[in-house]
Amino acid sequence: MIAIIDYGMGNLRSVQKAFEAVGHRAVVTRESHVIADAGHVVLPGVGAFADCMANLQQYGLIEPIRKAIASGKPFLGICLGLQLLFTESEEFGLHKGLDIVPGRVKRFPSPRGPESAAASDTSGKPAACLKVPHMGWNALSITRPAPPLQGIETGAYFYFVHSYYVEPQEPSVVCSVTEYGVPFASSIWRENIFACQFHPEKSQTVGLSIIRNFGQWQ
Amino acid sequence: MGYRAERFCENFSPIVPCLAPRASQANDMLTKRIIPCLDVKDGRVVKGVSFVNLRDAGDPVEIAKAYDRDGADELCFLDITASYENRKTILDVVSRTADQVFMPLTVGGGVRTLEDIRNLLTAGSDKVSINTAAVERPEFVKEAAERFGTQCIVVAIDAKRRADETAKRRRYGSGWEVFTHGGRKPTGLDVVEWAKQMEGYGAGEILLTSMDQDGRQSGYDLELTAAVSDAVSIPVIASGGVGTLEHLYDGFVKGKADAVLAASIFHYRTHTIMEAKAYLKQKGIPVR
Repeated sequence: MIAIIDYGMGNLRSVQKAFEAVGHRAVVTRESHVIADAGHVVLPGVGAFADCMANLQQYGLIEPIRKAIASGKPFLGICLGLQLLFTESEEFGLHKGLDIVPGRVKRFPSPRGPESAAASDTSGKPAACLKVPHMGWNALSITRPAPPLQGIETGAYFYFVHSYYVEPQEPSVVCSVTEYGVPFASSIWRENIFACQFHPEKSQTVGLSIIRNFGQWQ
Repeated sequence: MGYRAERFCENFSPIVPCLAPRASQANDMLTKRIIPCLDVKDGRVVKGVSFVNLRDAGDPVEIAKAYDRDGADELCFLDITASYENRKTILDVVSRTADQVFMPLTVGGGVRTLEDIRNLLTAGSDKVSINTAAVERPEFVKEAAERFGTQCIVVAIDAKRRADETAKRRRYGSGWEVFTHGGRKPTGLDVVEWAKQMEGYGAGEILLTSMDQDGRQSGYDLELTAAVSDAVSIPVIASGGVGTLEHLYDGFVKGKADAVLAASIFHYRTHTIMEAKAYLKQKGIPVR
């Protein structure tokens, strides 16, 4: 059974339905005993970093997550669920993450961010044409064959929607790279942790194969 | 904060040195998106001309599945349900769609509160688009972006060319005015200034509809689209007026759009999404 951690945010239903579509039973939960009993654990995510950390804290989910990862069972982080594993994030100020994977979460370079008021810009035109968020279908370059990436070829397109990307302190955790203005880690793999910046549950057939692979990962 | 961030940076080596194998140049970029849009009323799909004379064109879930098979990059549902009692029908449509279709879904129409957004995201929507509520209270966009993340907040702008555009250009900015309530109510706001303000408030994307072109099938308002796309650094979706595949191409090249939204051209099978992509690819547009 797969436990999808519910911390009051995120596209939980989509993730659950994706697992069900490939034949895995998945429950959405915030009960620590359900997470402890699950064979696989998923930390999904849509939302703002600081709010998500606050919610994990409020619902008492930080320890269950640490225990699940320490137990060695397969753990999947998706989008913000990848970013939350890191030491800290620059989103709307500097905020502490779970610090399970050393590194930080950074914003894509952009002439204007949400924190800079529109009124402060009088030049009219952005300096560069890189649009943030990075939103849409982009390709992976697979650098290490993580078990959930089995059967996925370099060049396969996945759906991304994010303004921040992870920069691991230890580059060896990276298992795929994607290019958007800068090359960034689009997925990481360390022992029983696989986490991706893209949304496999929203990446049609190719995404569902990652969901299937993860469910079969032992 | 700036000092802390700088000091923190020193502790981390950049990721760049580990990037040995790279994708081929052709795949090494974000692709342009094609987004079919379904107008949904009381749980059924309708599409009319210039937002009136609506025609019932079927079940949204079935159409969503067909677009999924056909290679659409995202889907958009615009809820035009008028009565408050029937507003919950869209949640049912969204959840039934998300049960079966594993692609990005944006839902707009009548999004007024953080609770509305939460309900749509919980039902399986990935992004919500906000239109009238943003004009009535711009801070709503800021609150929504801080609560749910900028990437799931789309601000929809219905734009109309000002009647005496050239005469008013000097006094009213870019020459297009923001309308609300499905294009019925003028706001006095300048479209380009409004788009910039919404970006500053945390909008993750702009869905830009030309009310002049909508339903005419004579192409996007390219001048409008390019003006907004140049002014903001968030993605812009061109909408309103597609009749041919060339219009899609123009939207990307002349309109500088990051994505194109279309309805009738796909709903009535004038073209399939696959045909559109083959056409765009052959003309050098990066598509999936």
